[in-house]
Amino acid sequence: MGLTGGLLIQSAQMALVLALAPLLTGVVRKAKARLQRRQGASVLQPYRDLARLFRKEAVLAENASPLFRAAPYVIFAATWVAAALVPTFATGLVFSWTADLIVITALLASARFFLALAGMDVGTSFGGIGSSREMMISSLAEPAMLMLVFTLALVARSTQLSTVAQVMLTSGVGLRVSLALALVALVMVAVAENGRIPIDNPSTHLELTMVHEAMVLEYSGPHLAMIELAGQLKLVLYLSLIGCVFVPWGLAPAGASVLALAAGVLAWAAKMAVGALLLALFETSIAKMRVFRVPDFLGAALMLGLLGTLLLFVSRSL
Amino acid sequence: MLPFYPAFLAGMMLVVLADDAFTFLFGWEFMSLASFALVVSHHGVAENVRAGLVYLMMAAFGTLALMLAFGLLAAGGEGVSLQALSFSAMRAHGPTPLAAAVVLGLALLGAGSKAGLVPLHVWLPLAHPAAPSHVSALMSGVMTKVAVYGFIRIVFDLAGPPAWWWGVPVLLVAGPTAVAGVLYALMQTDVKRVLACSTIENIGIIFVGLGLALAFEANGAPAVAALALTAALFHVVNHALFKSLLFFGAGAVLVATGEKRMGMLGGLIHAMPQTALAMLVGAAAISALPPLNGFVSEWLTFQAILLSPDLPVWGLKMLIPAVGALLALAAALAAACFVRLYGIVFLGRPRSAAASQAREADGFTRTAMASLAVLCLAAGILPGPVIDALQGAVAPLVGVRMTGQGHLAWLSIIPVAEGRSSYNGFLVFVFIALSASLAALAVHAFGSRAVRRAPAWDCGFPGDDPLAQYSAESFAQPLRRVFGRSLFAARETVTMPPPGDMAPARLSVSERDPAWAFLFAPLGRAVSALSGRANAIAHLNIRNYLALVFGALVLLLVVLALWA
Repeated sequence: MGLTGGLLIQSAQMALVLALAPLLTGVVRKAKARLQRRQGASVLQPYRDLARLFRKEAVLAENASPLFRAAPYVIFAATWVAAALVPTFATGLVFSWTADLIVITALLASARFFLALAGMDVGTSFGGIGSSREMMISSLAEPAMLMLVFTLALVARSTQLSTVAQVMLTSGVGLRVSLALALVALVMVAVAENGRIPIDNPSTHLELTMVHEAMVLEYSGPHLAMIELAGQLKLVLYLSLIGCVFVPWGLAPAGASVLALAAGVLAWAAKMAVGALLLALFETSIAKMRVFRVPDFLGAALMLGLLGTLLLFVSRSL
Repeated sequence: MLPFYPAFLAGMMLVVLADDAFTFLFGWEFMSLASFALVVSHHGVAENVRAGLVYLMMAAFGTLALMLAFGLLAAGGEGVSLQALSFSAMRAHGPTPLAAAVVLGLALLGAGSKAGLVPLHVWLPLAHPAAPSHVSALMSGVMTKVAVYGFIRIVFDLAGPPAWWWGVPVLLVAGPTAVAGVLYALMQTDVKRVLACSTIENIGIIFVGLGLALAFEANGAPAVAALALTAALFHVVNHALFKSLLFFGAGAVLVATGEKRMGMLGGLIHAMPQTALAMLVGAAAISALPPLNGFVSEWLTFQAILLSPDLPVWGLKMLIPAVGALLALAAALAAACFVRLYGIVFLGRPRSAAASQAREADGFTRTAMASLAVLCLAAGILPGPVIDALQGAVAPLVGVRMTGQGHLAWLSIIPVAEGRSSYNGFLVFVFIALSASLAALAVHAFGSRAVRRAPAWDCGFPGDDPLAQYSAESFAQPLRRVFGRSLFAARETVTMPPPGDMAPARLSVSERDPAWAFLFAPLGRAVSALSGRANAIAHLNIRNYLALVFGALVLLLVVLALWA
């Protein structure tokens, strides 16, 4: 297992997250439908939706600029690169040293920057409302994310995700209050970043409650497909992130055998399925909150992250 | 204004070339006065004259503080001579701990007022927009950096080895400066004023790095101090690049449309595509997005913050993560601020006739902007050589240098240790470019290539007035509600006409700068009250004056007698 092995794992991971992202969304939707006593569409429906969008023509608004056409590719690329750097089934990613957890956060911020700009490009009120609210949400979610990155980095003495996962897996980190706080904060940030209930409703049809949907209102055809796919990748990314940091069992270490890798893939699939079911359960059992309640929610996440960091500073020095 | 521009440049050069306090202060004052002349170059406008006056007062105050600081540093040497004022003489004897502490405070006041640290920032949002755009670019991109140089020269070099607590006041000022600066920027509606306020934020980020460097150096971690100082200096370089670029862009917009009010602009990406592209790079860089340069310096600062558990002092251990949270908040808000600026000015539909008739900027302006944009990208994807180049300044100040980064495999940077953290801007850039092209190729090969232009969908209500788009004010409204209420006392009042009345409803927004309300306004009132009292002395008759002189003489003699 030299460079070739690492490259293989890296490409397998990139292909895997891309191929399975729509499935995960399909599973969440199906689980939600069953919890609401509906039959629900097949778990493969997101694939069909994407295929349909890719085959359709793109309808551009008359005054859409080149930025509007380029943005979906930038958004997709930044999200995919970020998702490729989060260990899913193995830690031996050959390019993991390219970017640490702070860079992954910042890559998602780049994607959001372009999405918010694209929302303002056509000059409609709905695009503006979406961009404005998205930036409000992100201005609180991003610091919260960085705070919990700090917490993890202080425990593992590294911001490198592979190293963090390795430390969580091997050395007896044990149960820690600050890690529990970080987990809660990470879940809250993940809910907000993926635009799930209670922050945003991915299946809303009421314009005034939309955030993400309002920004992409003018997109159609392949452009919309790229943005949808980026959104699905982001869900995989956050679930994998929670998985690899807080339940790292089953992750194949660097230089593992093929068997261990296969076990890693299975463990990852199981984690994803559990995560999807929990997300569906959470979304079904809670109501969407008003937009101006969101700062309280994310402010709590930020405070939890900061508290986790401070607790670590205190406990480290005792 | 023509002769003042080279004079301003010469003044800034003189400050950084100075090797003694006299030349330093002379250059500093020269720089201040020349830039004052440039700020009031359009002195027909009353607003500009007021901006110039506030700037002149703050500059005079800053020079006074620096003069006192140099006085303390030079004292203790033998005699009063030009020799005692040279930096080497100051270094040779070094101040007492008490004098050094006072020098730190004075440097923070003097250099901080020129750099724009909160609450001494009030001149900045007034003076930078008043000046012509190329002057604003210099003032914001370079002059504030000369102030940073002044601070580093006095505190890191001349004031001797730092005490353990020196980082505390710097961090306590710098963290809030970063957040307050970007919040100010979010509240502004004038393009150049937004940029000026964002300068305050970036100065805050730079001083966070400087404060970290002081804290680590004083507490026996010179290697981390080198990292923090490198991060601060890297941000100095970055801010000079992207803020100049953004001010040039604002100038190009001002020339093309005659407008710097965001509410009158919009849709300029169609008329000025090249300016828009360069500005997009600048906006992304200042929002600290990878793979551009702004991200690298913030990443380095975060790496230094993450090493703070190793510090032996409790106060610093608690303070530094809190400052880290403020820094993260400032970075996220900066992205919101520049989405707002770029989205309102360059995207959407034109909000006025001037904006719809804009023309692309001339070749010189475009070349200037394009070269700065290229430099932003280059410093972002090749951070190693930049870090290495900065070590020439870092090594003499903290005694050690960061390990060489330029020669590392694949152009990555590893500030502390491999396995702890590393970043590779080049590969991130290549990966993003590759996967974006791959996606575009796949869509073109397998998807539909058909594109049709149609009226905007807008949920079935297209064709509304361009003024119904989101504006600068409405974009900031959620953030104003979240952050502005307590900090800026931002209030929104809606006046509804009674039912049946056809008058339009009005929404008015008010906010105030706490620095003006709680510091400068009471100060101004106190000064004018005092001067009113003192004014009475100017209108006495000859007998009273003689009595005053006699009284002063007696007092002096009494003091002398008691002194002996």
